[in-house]
Amino acid sequence: MEIPNIVERWSGEVTEVTLGATKEEGGTRKKIIKLGGANCIPYIDFEGCPGHRPVIAMDVLDIVPEEWPEVLLEPFKEVVSSPREWAKKCVEEYGADLICLKLDSVHPDKGNKSAEEAVKTVQSVLQAVEVPLIIWGCDDPRRDNEVMPRVSQAATGERCLLASATQDNYKTLAALCLADGHNLVTQAPVDVNIQKQVNILVTDTGFPVDRIVMFQTTGALGYGIEYVYSIQERERLAALSGDKWLALPILCNVGYESWRAKEAKARDEEAPGWGLARERGPLWETITAVTLLQSGADILRMLHPKAVKAVKKQIEALYTNNA
Amino acid sequence: MLAIAERINGMFSNVKKAIIKRDPVPIQDLARRQAEAGASFIDLNVGTAVADQVEAMRWLVEVTQEATKTPLSIDSQKLEVVKAGLEAAKTPALINSCKGQPEDLEIYVPLALKYNASLICLTMDKRGIPQDIDGRVEIAANIVSAAVEHGLEPSRLFIDPVLFPINVDQKQPGYMLEVFRQIRYISDPPPHINVGLSNLSQGTKERSLVNRTFLTMAIAAGLDSAVMDVLDKDLMYAAICAEMLMNKQIYSDSFLKVVRS
Repeated sequence: MEIPNIVERWSGEVTEVTLGATKEEGGTRKKIIKLGGANCIPYIDFEGCPGHRPVIAMDVLDIVPEEWPEVLLEPFKEVVSSPREWAKKCVEEYGADLICLKLDSVHPDKGNKSAEEAVKTVQSVLQAVEVPLIIWGCDDPRRDNEVMPRVSQAATGERCLLASATQDNYKTLAALCLADGHNLVTQAPVDVNIQKQVNILVTDTGFPVDRIVMFQTTGALGYGIEYVYSIQERERLAALSGDKWLALPILCNVGYESWRAKEAKARDEEAPGWGLARERGPLWETITAVTLLQSGADILRMLHPKAVKAVKKQIEALYTNNA
Repeated sequence: MLAIAERINGMFSNVKKAIIKRDPVPIQDLARRQAEAGASFIDLNVGTAVADQVEAMRWLVEVTQEATKTPLSIDSQKLEVVKAGLEAAKTPALINSCKGQPEDLEIYVPLALKYNASLICLTMDKRGIPQDIDGRVEIAANIVSAAVEHGLEPSRLFIDPVLFPINVDQKQPGYMLEVFRQIRYISDPPPHINVGLSNLSQGTKERSLVNRTFLTMAIAAGLDSAVMDVLDKDLMYAAICAEMLMNKQIYSDSFLKVVRS
């Protein structure tokens, strides 16, 4: 009996997006990153091309994190007051593919620092590492609209990834990214319809679709991961079916969301039955990351080096086994 | 859905005149407007304007291709005219159409394969067009098996169960919905299901309303292609909305615009 061929063929492909620019391309990066390119369901690559490998961006903050649990702070304790050193450590010691510089210090409640100071930080990190940069605002729309233009201009030509544009506040950031040659994160709160709409709105301003990365906001294990998973899965299936407005790489904020979970951050004495905190936290982050990889995530923002190491190993295995 | 734009047809007097005078301007204008309106194929039918239909079709294909890159649908009942259109077409075209009887399929399916074209087959044979559901589905099944035998993929096969004017037999639209549902089960993946939508409203008032109401019902029953008036904006919007409601595209506030761009 002939065995029927059940291989699915998809008509769409995830758009390729490039992060970072080399000297020849007008930047100063030694390493660039390509995302997207998949034309089959993640890791079902006998049906097509799995595209570029997912990458890990390690977060670097421009303020000393106050609420981090000891387990998370420990690997960074010597560098937390210097974004430059922090970024270097992430790349050289912990193997980060790129750096996500979070400009928390300009937030009105977290220091309300000036745009000049943010620019200095961005420049120092760009000098310290050779990998591409994600530059993430403080998520206060008023301050971001003041600070991001300066920051964007200071990094002109580096083809950074700037975050984030929302349905209600996208024009400034889209215009900046267009003018200064950066990529743009579009953000929607776990809502596939709004994600599609914000992508349409941004491209309506003349912004090229191949410079957009989508961010659905993220839920950690135990805190809404299934919603994020199914939205991202639906986006990817739509992409493969030919919906070009959703055929874009996906970013997940794994680290921050995972370490908000009490299961990750509770100290040993607070939760004696839950296992050791130094294992538990990184595991929580690892499981969240590995789960979201299956839904088609392309960039994982992560925090703990142990989790980064484990997830890198998993990515390697996923690609090697399917080769 | 696949919208096959019907307006370049020698039955329309401005097109007829253009064909007789070999005036490309009205043809190219229609081609551009239909492409912009979201046509998946531009249908070309020389009608009865001139005696030499072969030459007229070749000319139509050439001038249309100068105006748009949208694929063409070569519309004629005459094999020689179809061949002339396929030869002149630069990109894979759609053959519109052939009858679903074995002797025709033996000619047209290999023809489609030769030109890398798609093919519309009508559910009609020597006996004519069956008036009932079963007769149409039976011919449809024969068409699919003939196509598969020759190696024409279902994605390039369009079954057209032939839509009658509403004032000829008012039971037919209801029958058609059931025919669409059953054709979908003939193969996996199923062939495309097509109708000549404007036939339905021939000789009626409120043509646009009749067409778009049936189209939304038909999409819900599995229709995914129609030879239609793509310049009828309400009709195109109804089709896009029906497909969105059937979960064929993810909703966004700009969903009407998205499909058209």
